[in-house]
Amino acid sequence: MADSGSEDIAVIGNTDLTPSESENNLKNTMVEKGTNLLKMMEISVAEAEKRTGKNAVNMQETYTVYLIETRPVDAASEGTNPVPDSLWRRYSEFELLRNYLLVTYPFLVVPPLPEKRAEFVWHKLSADNMDPDFVERRRVGLENFLLRVASHPDLSSDNIFYSFLTEENGWKETVFETGFQAKADSRLKALNATFRVKNPDKRFAEMKHYGDELQSVISQLLRVRARAADRLYGVYKVHGNYGRVFSEWSAIEKEMGDGLQSAGHHMDAYAASVDDILEEEEHYADQLKEYLFYADALRAVCRKHELTQYELEMATMDLTSKKQQREELATGMIRTFSLKGMTSKLFGQETPEQREAKLKMLETQIEEGKEMVKERNAECEEFVKSAWVDIERFKEQKDHDLREALISYAIMQISMCKKGIQVWNNAKECFSKM
Amino acid sequence: MSRSVVDNTVSSGNSSVAIPTDISGQILDLDEDDDLEVFSKDTSTTLTDGSSFNASMQTSPASMINQYKLEEDADTKDIFVTVDNPESHVTAIETYITYRVETKTTRSEFDSCEFEVRRRYQDFLWLKGRLEEAHPTLIVHPLPEKFVMKGMVERFNEDFIETRRRALHKFLNKIAEHPIFSSSEDFKIFLTAGTGELTSHKKQGPGFLSRMGETVKAVAAAVRGVRNRPQEFTDMQEYAEAFSQKISSLDKITQRIIREQKEYLEELKECGPTYTLWSQSEEELAEPLKNVAGCEDRCYKETEEQVKHLNDHLIPVLHEYVLCADTLKAVLRRRDNIQVVFEGKAEALATKAADRDADSKVLSLAWDSLVGRSPEEVKQQKQQKLKGEIKEMRDELDKAENRLEWANNALKSDWIRWQKVMRSDLRSAFIDTAERNVSYYEKCLAVWESFMQSQRTDAEGNGKVDSS
Repeated sequence: MADSGSEDIAVIGNTDLTPSESENNLKNTMVEKGTNLLKMMEISVAEAEKRTGKNAVNMQETYTVYLIETRPVDAASEGTNPVPDSLWRRYSEFELLRNYLLVTYPFLVVPPLPEKRAEFVWHKLSADNMDPDFVERRRVGLENFLLRVASHPDLSSDNIFYSFLTEENGWKETVFETGFQAKADSRLKALNATFRVKNPDKRFAEMKHYGDELQSVISQLLRVRARAADRLYGVYKVHGNYGRVFSEWSAIEKEMGDGLQSAGHHMDAYAASVDDILEEEEHYADQLKEYLFYADALRAVCRKHELTQYELEMATMDLTSKKQQREELATGMIRTFSLKGMTSKLFGQETPEQREAKLKMLETQIEEGKEMVKERNAECEEFVKSAWVDIERFKEQKDHDLREALISYAIMQISMCKKGIQVWNNAKECFSKM
Repeated sequence: MSRSVVDNTVSSGNSSVAIPTDISGQILDLDEDDDLEVFSKDTSTTLTDGSSFNASMQTSPASMINQYKLEEDADTKDIFVTVDNPESHVTAIETYITYRVETKTTRSEFDSCEFEVRRRYQDFLWLKGRLEEAHPTLIVHPLPEKFVMKGMVERFNEDFIETRRRALHKFLNKIAEHPIFSSSEDFKIFLTAGTGELTSHKKQGPGFLSRMGETVKAVAAAVRGVRNRPQEFTDMQEYAEAFSQKISSLDKITQRIIREQKEYLEELKECGPTYTLWSQSEEELAEPLKNVAGCEDRCYKETEEQVKHLNDHLIPVLHEYVLCADTLKAVLRRRDNIQVVFEGKAEALATKAADRDADSKVLSLAWDSLVGRSPEEVKQQKQQKLKGEIKEMRDELDKAENRLEWANNALKSDWIRWQKVMRSDLRSAFIDTAERNVSYYEKCLAVWESFMQSQRTDAEGNGKVDSS
């Protein structure tokens, strides 16, 4: 355990903790920045279960909960195999966690959750959230999400994330207590910034563009593959009819009967083989979908940059205009239009006392403005620095993962071809015996 | 070299040619087989009921079976026919296609070794009709259909012509391989005669009216219905029905597969380009993505060819046998009709014989005495007349019985032959299809394995661990 000098024993996995013990837990098990949680503990989403309960509007609803299991890494290597700690969470809680992370770490590309509703389905898959296949794939996706977060150099050390994994009760309250919701940028604000920002960092602009393209092309690919899968399913299944007819035909033939009958069985096998093939296809589609949603996360970071840049620009503009106003007031030259100016023209100049007061106010505002610009500048620079580090990390991860995905896709194709060769060779042998 | 027996069916309208005995001598010289009884002597070639089908296949039933045996032993094919080179002809009235029919043969009844003629679909139709007329209970391989109504295929569409050409080629080869048909005079003329010669030969055939008469008879016979059909023919009927259903199903299934494949191709077409598009936004990933795009494109091409092969090779064979199934049913019907004719004649004879034995001439005697003839005289006259009639009917009945026996045996032998050919054809077609599928998957496998290979060498090049 990472021992940061405390004498108290870190107790992991014991849920009957006193507040001070649990404090210590958090302190001591807090992973140092740079190392990740996965080196300390194993995380898995082991099961899924249906529950019924009353929802917010007091109506009965059915939902699925997922079992999160954690186990210290050491325990496994010591040979003892203690029962893992576990708790149940529903999808909405995962969403809450992610929203919290998004707001708290806007400069990071936050791993995405598996899709809320089944999209890009082909006919065999049901779009129903209660469908067991969908639930299973979601379970895998949720596990993947947790592992991604746990292996991220920055996210893995987050308390809320840790307690999500370890504290069943009261976690929601803890999250809300952080007040993260208040920190969230409004949509309108973000949109406004995107339109009005003048000098966003070129790299971020390019990244955003890349995110758009990635999302578009992966969507297209998923659509095409879903339709192709549908058609391929049809091709294979129709071959099953051969099996049936060969069998019926063999009944009226004498010498040909056996060959036909056995060939028919192979046709049935061929038709059935498509189910496994398409299941593997789904897995590939899931890998693509993860990066489809990652593209969104990437764009979110770029948008945040635009926002911080815009706010810096606004602050700078504001400061400039205030300085100008001071100048005008001091020199008497009116370069900028102001109502005061007009009214003073119409109704007479203001008194020197009034001018003095105004100047003083402006000075204060200018000082404040300078501070603001300094702050915003620092924010912006900090953001750009951290974000770019994570974007580079993300790029590497993406290149690696997608390449692996393509390879596994090729492996799947190879397996499909090998099966096809086997079945048709068998069929050919049977036909020869006709 | 053994030869098939010359078909003595006289296809010209000259139906009173007796078989010269010297020819039989020649043929017997060439045949090793002593059992072969080529000709029975007391049947005449003239048929009094004016039917146009010549049951002047003068071979006895036993010899028919021996002929088949002979043909099977003969592995050396002595006649090769090809149909190719379609050309279109435009006249004032119509446009039509002719095909080149080339024959190479060592058979001595042919004047030369090589022949080249041009024939149109109508000519093939004529030949088939002639063979069916001459041998109503033999199974003639089907011709491709006149029009393909399903896809509203235009008659002069390239694919349609090519499909038809292949089917016509098969048709002639099946005729050439048939022990009886290949020695048909009509077949020979079809292969060798010039266009004008063929036209005049066609005109010599039994006229339209006599054929009509035959059709009317057949319909009448069908209405009457056969009484005592031997079980084996009923079995054949059931088989023909079942076979027809199964082969039609296979045809439909295969067409459905082709349709689904084509729709799959439509989607697959977009895969490669999508990966290519993606590769344009990427740096590290560009190369593997382009590679995958290439693989998808290659697989697309292979799939396209595989579908084409299915369409060009399996479908025509299945289609042929759908038509064959109809032929089987028609042949069985014709056999039934021959039996009906025989049964009718037998019945008529029995009635006449009963008449002769009956005493009930009271009324007629009364009439005769009225007109002034002596009862004895009249009775004698009547008896003579009846005797004559009965003899005639008996002769006819014998002929009909022979015809029936011959038809039955012909059908039985040909059925066996047909089954063998069917089995062989369909087996080849299915094996071919299976092989093609294997080859398709092997090609796609190679495509993806080359991708894996490229990724491995890349990984090794970059110093990464080989991930397999």
